[in-house]
Amino acid sequence: MEEKVIKLVSDATKIDIAKINSGTSFVDDLNLDSLDIVELMMKMEDEFGVEIPEEDAEGLKSISDIVTYLEKKK
Amino acid sequence: MNRVVITGMGAICGLGHSLDEVWGNIVEGKPGISKIENTNIEKLAVQIGGEVKNFAIAEDVLEAKEAPRFDKFIHFALHSGFEAWKDAGLVDHSYDPGRIGTILGVGMGGFPEIESSYETFLAKGPRRISPFFIPAIIPNMASGLMSIKLNLQGVNYTIASACASAAHAISASAFEIMSGRQDVMVTGGAESVLSNLPMGGFISMKALSKSVDEPEKASRPFDKDRNGFVIGEGAGVLILENYDKAKARGARIYAEVVGHGTSSDAHHITAPHPEGDGAYRCMKMCIESAGITPDKVGYVNAHGTSTPLGDLGETKAIKKTFGNHANEMFVSSTKSMTGHLLGAAGGIESIFCAMALYKGVLPPTINLDNQDPECDLDYVANTAKEFQAEYVLNNSFGFGGTNSSLLLKRYTE
Repeated sequence: MEEKVIKLVSDATKIDIAKINSGTSFVDDLNLDSLDIVELMMKMEDEFGVEIPEEDAEGLKSISDIVTYLEKKK
Repeated sequence: MNRVVITGMGAICGLGHSLDEVWGNIVEGKPGISKIENTNIEKLAVQIGGEVKNFAIAEDVLEAKEAPRFDKFIHFALHSGFEAWKDAGLVDHSYDPGRIGTILGVGMGGFPEIESSYETFLAKGPRRISPFFIPAIIPNMASGLMSIKLNLQGVNYTIASACASAAHAISASAFEIMSGRQDVMVTGGAESVLSNLPMGGFISMKALSKSVDEPEKASRPFDKDRNGFVIGEGAGVLILENYDKAKARGARIYAEVVGHGTSSDAHHITAPHPEGDGAYRCMKMCIESAGITPDKVGYVNAHGTSTPLGDLGETKAIKKTFGNHANEMFVSSTKSMTGHLLGAAGGIESIFCAMALYKGVLPPTINLDNQDPECDLDYVANTAKEFQAEYVLNNSFGFGGTNSSLLLKRYTE
């Protein structure tokens, strides 16, 4: 799961996959802005077939947050 | 009032991706019209246009992550903006960024992206409308992104006056420098609407040429067999600069911007005034604003879209403006080669005017095989001409009955 999430983030942001790991923060490490993050959540939804409501998305600030969230949703 | 000069230019259209390439083809009288390949418009009765082929924005202009987030007119604006900026030698400059601004002309905005986003909405629902949809399509993102990428901290807006947009933007930019509010302006226009809704709309208006079997011959301004305009896409971006400051930094000067005219037909939503009344008043104001007499003008780059009414009305307006001198001067329509770039037309055509003065060559009107007897001026038929006059005028007229004329002067100290 984590590998898939990291690959998706790398594809979406064009940031080298080697620079992304489970602790990577979207804002602090990848410099993503609020629009980037909305787009990223849409891609997560498409890729993993889940719906991420806005109030949940607000709490997802890093790769590990996403991985934990998606595993819980399964 | 400060003097205003052109110190940099960039162009992209169906004739090429750079000023050199486009101007080289213009002088050779090559047609830039072809079958449209980049968009699926198979349901439309007209599928030809002045389409830009094989283009991808360079990574140093828009990064790979950003590029897909902006519709094509913004790519064209930035591509030509960067070319003009480099051409002007402004990559390393000592201007205060707050005294550099940008005003661009965009007549329509991001229709291709609007269409594809609506398809996404219908197929997947409202939660799949991208957060980048609005910035991708709003016309003023052309000047907005330009200001971000080139660190222009002064004036920043976009004008939408249909096919006069870029010409109005150039005037507005020149006024910024004349008044002393800004020292440098990035101006001109960009457009890219070779997609179903805009083209379908123009087809319904019967505005587009139906000569679809011979794309290269479809745009034929002032010819007896003209039957509508051919839509084009691209951009023409100019760097305008305060003359004293340009001279002080040793900038190369293409031409001086000396006259501005604008008027309304106050007649019809889309049809031009049959006698070219608004166009006449526009050119008259433009020439008078420069403090010269009409006989000093040697060339008019006509709006000349290849529509039956428009070309005739403009011819009448030129005759009324210039009197007997109309028979001694030259008029041509470069839309015969580029197609009609709509909101960007005044940008790329002002570039052609500046190049005509700078290089001493007039671009031709191609496909002028059987000149309309009612259009009886010298339209530089089919072959470029050497040229010496001091002043050239550029016309741009738009739906809504809006008109703009610009007067450029050969540069002398």
